Amino acid sequence: MEDAMAYADGVGAVAWLLVSASLVLLMTPALAFFYGGMSRSKSVLNMMMMSFGAMGVGVLAWVLVGYSISAGDTMNDIIGDPGYDFGMIATMESGDAAGIISAGFGATFAIITVALISGAVADRMKFGAWMLFAFVWVILVYAPVSHWVWGDGFAALLGPDGPWFGDLPGPYDFAGGTVVHINAGVAALVLALLLGVRKGFGKEPFKPHNLPFVMLGAALLWFGWFGFNAGSAFAADGYAAIAWVNTTVATGIAMLGWLLTEKIRDGKATSLGAASGVVAGLVAITPSCASVDTWGAIIIGFLAGVFSALAVGLKYKLGYDDSLDVVGVHLVSGLWGTLAIGLVASGTINGDAGLFYGGGITLLGVQALAALVVIVYSAIATLIIGLAIKYTIGLRVTEEVEVSGIDLAEHGESAYEEAV
Amino acid sequence: MKLVTAIIQPHRVDEVRAALEAAGVKGVTVSEAAGYGRQKGHTEVYRGAEYTVDLVPKTRLEVLVDDADAPTVTEAIVSAAQTGKIGDGKVWVVPVDDVARVRTGEHGADAL
Repeated sequence: MEDAMAYADGVGAVAWLLVSASLVLLMTPALAFFYGGMSRSKSVLNMMMMSFGAMGVGVLAWVLVGYSISAGDTMNDIIGDPGYDFGMIATMESGDAAGIISAGFGATFAIITVALISGAVADRMKFGAWMLFAFVWVILVYAPVSHWVWGDGFAALLGPDGPWFGDLPGPYDFAGGTVVHINAGVAALVLALLLGVRKGFGKEPFKPHNLPFVMLGAALLWFGWFGFNAGSAFAADGYAAIAWVNTTVATGIAMLGWLLTEKIRDGKATSLGAASGVVAGLVAITPSCASVDTWGAIIIGFLAGVFSALAVGLKYKLGYDDSLDVVGVHLVSGLWGTLAIGLVASGTINGDAGLFYGGGITLLGVQALAALVVIVYSAIATLIIGLAIKYTIGLRVTEEVEVSGIDLAEHGESAYEEAV
Repeated sequence: MKLVTAIIQPHRVDEVRAALEAAGVKGVTVSEAAGYGRQKGHTEVYRGAEYTVDLVPKTRLEVLVDDADAPTVTEAIVSAAQTGKIGDGKVWVVPVDDVARVRTGEHGADAL
């Protein structure tokens, strides 16, 4: 979402932004299928409802103050002024098509980012607690972080030439490696730790109940991601085209990386591995999609597949129940993609090149610092929100509900009618 | 009358049905079953986590026959279902006191 208003002019840009925002909105129901297929048949509706729920509370939070905090004038060098455009009324009345759809585009990013977190809390989080969490998290975590990285374009606090990094090269985050994936990945880890492990974690199998759903979700995510990455050029221009191609290259290769890792380690190339590899690749190329050449995209994609395939096993060793691997896929590949800019950026943006493209080590260091800022803030802020909900309305359903199935208890429905 | 029940590999169902037809059996009830014997389960790997699946899918066939036909029918099922590998299943025969055909109300051998 780099440099929102500066680029978006002309009907071509507006047309592409209208399409891009629609594509990104599709990613959240796609995520519902991706996550829903991975969950168990007794909790698939709750899993899908967390994504759909995020579309409701996410857009409300964005319209009320999220947009102002994200895009408003910087207040005290920290966040956008929450009173900048309450209810987005002024923006809507501005007559500026690009500005209006950019605000809408931002809403779709806020929604998908918070929805990503839901994969860590499968089977056990109260639906009301989730809805409250999602609403508050968009306002207190997503909006400020997006302001730091993208708020005032290249003058964003955490952006290139911003006050925090001054004349140093970078940091760069074209479409949301830090803002979306590291941010959601860290929040997922914190929330999984606060909730605790599910009954039977590490002992009983929590098998995905519908792998075709997972593959359908991954396919729709890939499609929607073109709006996410290429749309973040805010124009139908060269950056958008480069982002589209790099997104496809890295994603295809990441799937190969994941499948190869599985084949060597487990003996089989799985469909869940293919779908997961696709998402890992999409995540990793998100921050770097306009910063690298094809070789860079191949390296980023392949290693994203390998790193995330290896990282998903960590939860069993370390004992946190990140149910559907938000940490292993989004945090790990988001971090890798963000750092990879420091290694293989080819200098397409501001001429800032990575270590292997003759740019020295500074860019890598700046990328790492930017990632660290987001990690620390997201962890602390998510912890506070999570604790506040835990000690008021409570985060977790009873053990009885968890065992018998959260769908029936929280939503009064079951996804599948057993044959009689 | 006898009830012949067979638990077999799902992929042998077509062969067994053909063999039953050749043996003159007019009807069979087929249902999905799950279980394990000496074969035990198998392992599945999801994102690197290995799960042992204890229950293996099987198919259950039930046939009601005259006493005299029971050995023939049993042999027909066994030879058609056999692959020689562990997990081929089992066939057993139990006596049946009475059978009634719902449509006509006939009882005993007439109802077969």
